[in-house]
Amino acid sequence: MNHQEFLEMQKLACQVRIWTVEGVFHAKSGHPGGSLSAADMMTYLYFKEMNVNPDNPQDPDRDRFVLSKGHCCPALYAVLALKGYFPTDEIKSLRHIGAMLQGHPDMKRTPGVDMSSGSLGQGISAACGMALAAKYDQKDYRVYTMLGDGECEEGQVWEAAMFASHMKLDNLCVIVDFNGLQIDGHVNEVAGLEPLDKKFEGFGFEVLHMDGNNFEEIEAAFEKAKTIKGKPTAIIARTVKGKGVSYMENQVGWHGKAPNAEQYETAIKELTAQLKALEG
Amino acid sequence: MKIATRESFGLALCELAKEHPEIVVLDADLAAATKTDIFKKAYPDRFFDCGIAEGNMIGVAAGLAACGKVPFAASFAMFATGRAYEQIRNSVGYPHLNVKIAGSHAGISVGEDGATHQCCEDLALMRTIPGMVILNPADHYEMTEAVKAAYAYHGPVYIRLGRLAIDTFNDPDHYQFAIGKGITLKDGSDVTVIATGLVVNEALKAVNALEAKGIHARLINMHTIKPIDKEIIIKAAKETGKIITVEEHSIIGGLGEAVCSVTAEYCPVPVKRIGIKDIYGHSGPALGLLSEFGLDAEGLEKSIAEIMQ
Repeated sequence: MNHQEFLEMQKLACQVRIWTVEGVFHAKSGHPGGSLSAADMMTYLYFKEMNVNPDNPQDPDRDRFVLSKGHCCPALYAVLALKGYFPTDEIKSLRHIGAMLQGHPDMKRTPGVDMSSGSLGQGISAACGMALAAKYDQKDYRVYTMLGDGECEEGQVWEAAMFASHMKLDNLCVIVDFNGLQIDGHVNEVAGLEPLDKKFEGFGFEVLHMDGNNFEEIEAAFEKAKTIKGKPTAIIARTVKGKGVSYMENQVGWHGKAPNAEQYETAIKELTAQLKALEG
Repeated sequence: MKIATRESFGLALCELAKEHPEIVVLDADLAAATKTDIFKKAYPDRFFDCGIAEGNMIGVAAGLAACGKVPFAASFAMFATGRAYEQIRNSVGYPHLNVKIAGSHAGISVGEDGATHQCCEDLALMRTIPGMVILNPADHYEMTEAVKAAYAYHGPVYIRLGRLAIDTFNDPDHYQFAIGKGITLKDGSDVTVIATGLVVNEALKAVNALEAKGIHARLINMHTIKPIDKEIIIKAAKETGKIITVEEHSIIGGLGEAVCSVTAEYCPVPVKRIGIKDIYGHSGPALGLLSEFGLDAEGLEKSIAEIMQ
């Protein structure tokens, strides 16, 4: 991407963060921390990386995205709305009765959602099945799945990792949003996750590292991932949980809590200022 | 002819796959036992061994189905529905994906492997999942038709397979299978016996023997546990006044309770449930265990006669 494109991407991500906060605030519940850490990567996936078309969300040849860390759907919904899959008005009814936007992704209800998810560890298996289907049909679409770092404590993640490398699913790209925090605290205090890169390597993955809140690094990693043949890729993305909202950054307490009215005003003010600064 | 329904399943799958390239088969290191190895030999490129990782296997099946394939995922009933229960609920059931799950070695007729592998809870577990169709065929011909019906239905289906070779009793020339439609095998007015799966033929022998002793029992083969055939149950309740259910499954959560739900709501009559009485099985030859648990023809004849006294 050139300078202008980077700037555009940053603006889009900023808008995604604003709508993420809007959604969680109006829902009075949800998961802002991990949504904000993942916002840049999801924005990049839908606006640069993936071959997708909001006018034909069921195109059989499209790239797929499975949000295995399904609780971070406020950011996914914001990206999908921004991309044009559904009207942005839907954001404010997130988690409401009868809403299109459920508390966790629902592929039957929300255009653009490729897989229902939310029970941790399961999305990566579905992504493996999609990548296997592409191989079986001799199609060249790619499958992306995003996991939380805490999610990697689920045994199923490693069943899937073993499967992906055994089946040589080089059309599968696993992204771990390594923001370092889970509900009960720091991931290494809760369950000793590290060394995560060595674990994925041991399971036969090509492992890449990136700063998941830096578009230059995001672009470099995704470009590199496409060149890896014969095995799946795992990108370990170092991120800041709550990124973009000062009082949420790196705070474990903002994993799954909605801001009150005052906190909401502050968050929107901060993010709007960031957007204004980008717009110059 | 004696043939285990697991083998009938493998053969039927192979036959069906000829015309339908979107059918793929997954197993969790039990292909030789679930008989998906029959498919594997015929279609090696369409068979995917997932290793001993049932949770992932179900998730992979969900992903395949989301991309238009029709995956049949097989393992022992215990692990397919027990270990992977939540994967089935959330990754298959919730999005109503077109995944077919086959649970073999169901019930105590697993035999020597004992309690850890004798799954008597699979029907109960699968019944709790919204939209899940549950088929429990009773012989070779019924399994063959059930596999075709499972394919024709768009959505999740659980098919129960047995390990034990059993006699075929349905007449292949006249047999018709429809999901959710029980089959009356014998008419009668004193009581209705509703049986499912491997014990249907045992129940048939039992009610025929009782006929000679003056007990005129109706027998229904309930091959579909969900959606349960309400009409046939209500009709039986009205016409015979009492019902006995027979299943090689816990009396909790299976056919018996499904029948009780219908009678309690629509036509309350006494219902007796014959099955595994909230206990674990144990090791032993299959036929010996069926006899011990009162699920062979002789045991059923005795139990039904006692209930009718």
